[in-house]
Amino acid sequence: MGIKDQKTPMTRRTFLAGTAGTTLVMGLGSVLPGCSSEEAAVDLMAAGASNRFSPAVWFEISGTGDVKINIAKAEMGQHVGTALARIVADELGADWSRVSIDHVYTDPKWGYMVTGGSWSVVTSFTMLSQAGAAGRTVLLEAGAKLLGVEVAACTAENGNVIAGDQSVSFAEIVATGDISRVINDEEMAAMPVKAAADRTLIGKATAALDIPEKTEGAAVYGLDTELPNMVYAHPLIPPTRYGSTINSIDDSGAGDIPGYLQTIQISDPSDTVQGWALVIAESFPAAMKASSAVEVDWAAGPTAGVTEAHILAEGEKLAADRSSGVLVVDDGDVAAAREGAAETLSAIYRTNTALHFTLEPQNALVEFVDGVYHIHAGNQWQSLILPYLATALEVEESAIVIHQYYLGGGYGRRLFGDQMIPAAIAAKELGRPVKLVFQRAEDSRFDCARSPSVAQLDASFDADGGLTGIEHAIVAGWPTLTMAPGFLADGVDGNGKFDTFSASGSDHWYTLPSHRVRAINNDLAQRTFQPGWLRAVGPGWISWGVEGFMDELAEKMGEDAVEFRLARLDAAGKNAGSAPNSAGGSSRLADVLRDVAERSGWGGDLPENEGMGVAVSQGQERPNPTWTACVAHIAVDPDTNAITVKKIWQTIDCGTVVHPDGAMAQAEGATLWGVSLALHEGTEFVDGEVKDQNLNTYTPLRMADVPELDIKFVESDEFPMGLGEPPLIAVAPAIGNAVYAATGTRVRDLPIRLS
Amino acid sequence: MIQFELNGETVSTDSPPDTPLLWVIRDELKLKGTKFGCGIAMCGACTVHLDGAATRSCVTPVSAVESMTVTTIEGVESDASKALQTAWVDEQVPQCGYCQSGQIMQAADLLSKNPNPSDADIDAAMNGNLCRCMAYTRIRKAIKSAANGGGV
Repeated sequence: MGIKDQKTPMTRRTFLAGTAGTTLVMGLGSVLPGCSSEEAAVDLMAAGASNRFSPAVWFEISGTGDVKINIAKAEMGQHVGTALARIVADELGADWSRVSIDHVYTDPKWGYMVTGGSWSVVTSFTMLSQAGAAGRTVLLEAGAKLLGVEVAACTAENGNVIAGDQSVSFAEIVATGDISRVINDEEMAAMPVKAAADRTLIGKATAALDIPEKTEGAAVYGLDTELPNMVYAHPLIPPTRYGSTINSIDDSGAGDIPGYLQTIQISDPSDTVQGWALVIAESFPAAMKASSAVEVDWAAGPTAGVTEAHILAEGEKLAADRSSGVLVVDDGDVAAAREGAAETLSAIYRTNTALHFTLEPQNALVEFVDGVYHIHAGNQWQSLILPYLATALEVEESAIVIHQYYLGGGYGRRLFGDQMIPAAIAAKELGRPVKLVFQRAEDSRFDCARSPSVAQLDASFDADGGLTGIEHAIVAGWPTLTMAPGFLADGVDGNGKFDTFSASGSDHWYTLPSHRVRAINNDLAQRTFQPGWLRAVGPGWISWGVEGFMDELAEKMGEDAVEFRLARLDAAGKNAGSAPNSAGGSSRLADVLRDVAERSGWGGDLPENEGMGVAVSQGQERPNPTWTACVAHIAVDPDTNAITVKKIWQTIDCGTVVHPDGAMAQAEGATLWGVSLALHEGTEFVDGEVKDQNLNTYTPLRMADVPELDIKFVESDEFPMGLGEPPLIAVAPAIGNAVYAATGTRVRDLPIRLS
Repeated sequence: MIQFELNGETVSTDSPPDTPLLWVIRDELKLKGTKFGCGIAMCGACTVHLDGAATRSCVTPVSAVESMTVTTIEGVESDASKALQTAWVDEQVPQCGYCQSGQIMQAADLLSKNPNPSDADIDAAMNGNLCRCMAYTRIRKAIKSAANGGGV
């Protein structure tokens, strides 16, 4: 899959506006087949909603002037509702103090529901702007009529339509007007969207709408939901992700636990959970206690003996086999470069398993009522899990509704709502609402961890020492292969399919004489566990190898690491970029690199045992690049080899920044995630399961480990790109390169450990 | 029956004495602001005040709070706590927000003992509270601004 697949087409888009009761309802979306825009509009105005209309954007203005904007994206810390609502409100000319947001539950009318890939702003910006502009047009027309002036004489500002010294508020327009308006495709295409200089909310400082309740303990997460008459469920997870079966269950030890009800086996027609049982109790403490007292005898699946070393060894074997994998990039003639090479340089970079460790453990509350399964759980990709649920429950998708809540951390874990499945099956079986809650160890064992990975890089040089080509093999368990196989992409030579989420970052923006990338699924990883999408996904581990190797090449060629990169960020050929998303191409990456080098004092003298390292990143995917450059300054204790990160500089160009403080918060958090994955986090598979299951041994970065941060956003009017993930990517390789500068030891394994 | 004071009101529970206080607060007394994270007192999301001192409620048996005073995020009234909540909004601290009740309860404990903490004091007091979104720089800033400007 790529971002192109996620963009709702801009054609065939209709804007409907109509008064329903005392509210003006407005939406931009597709009128469903077999129905005219006018029919959909009548339907919309009659009910305040329409089943003939699939709105990508939907907002309402009440008779008192309050603006409610529906948000189909998950809130997991990125303040996405604030950013998206400000895009609409800016164009609309709304009074921001009257704007509120609502996170919607699943309905086919919302179209494809996913929050990930740092896509929310990128994929929504154009249609949100158009929707706001269309809403403004409707209000201007109605306001002009009330004021008795020409539409052209009116402007919309701060919740009022103004003409000279006259004005009428949105509230008055809605209360008095009988608005009914359809704006068709052609009118939409010509809709006057504001010039950057005229914006009043986008790019301006504001407070995030979700923050106050998050400081008062009032924000509601999935774990906080309750229903009358519900029972609690605690998972009993088998020794392997796949293929384990239950021989017997002995719950005699739990019989005396007050509140313990029973233990049930889960039979899942979707095969998502295999060999599971759930302890059922009247309270969660009783369920926890009983989960320790119930004895399950499992026949373990075939991967019960698999270790991290096995998975990495398989990865190295696959990387070395030039016949394996699918071509992601094949520019120039790498084979000729290799055969004619006077010299070569090769390296293997590896990363170990990393956990999502969302602080809110996995949970789901499911109630079956009036033929519909109501699922209460925070989730990032409702459209992915709905078909799984339909298979598991043997019902149509229309019989399932997922209710959205705040996510106590997403980071990609909640892209897969697999925890909903056993809860829903139990609710079906027990005839009562079931609240399934994972304790931490179960959450870690059931995590779709970031796969261990192996990257092999081989460079060729001619007789003059010039670089002639790079071959790059990248091997990991592919998340998309299992969870969303329809999203695999075709190899560039037409042979085979690959997971773009396990390849992005290898198709970087350096201009090279020849370049070939092979992406290879690690089948042993795939069979052992469910590989997942962890924040920054492919580039999060692929850039570890790419940017470490760039440093190795620079050193071999006797060039400065910054100059070496700048020489290859020339915006030539395919790296010229294209408007709007990648306008300027790699010249923008060169610009942020120059900026971060200057601000960090790159090339200056440092004390002994200290070093600086540099790395760049183009964000998640080539079609939606976020240009970042990072310098890390570290110190290594010569006695203990302990690494201290003293300071991190980042310069980020993500085009227009919609919500500047929210953007900075994401950049700060993502940068520290980068430090954490470089130095503090990591686990390994032992006996088919992750070894580190709680904070006693899994050790993310803490307050005392936080380095000084100096993060700068480039001022830009270019089209906005995402940034929940991109600022993470360059941090680990910058630290690795700094370790080399400080010690002379080249580190190629993540997390970094100096022996 | 075990009795204690919760946010100024006397409450009681018939739960077994070894029931973690966290679940009594959340599921019996319906105050959901205190969160479940790790279950082993190493993330701090479940932090409440027990007779004024920051305590991990996930490993505190309810029998241990008999006749004691428990304060949760919903019931904070001290100047330090209120100043912290204001600073948390001013500095735009929370991201996902799940850990923030615990962070604020821990920080209030710090400020009640040390009205003007140094960076090292903040590290020492807050290192047990994991913020998975890693909003640490803003947590530090908000604690300092609450200490300086909050009349603590």
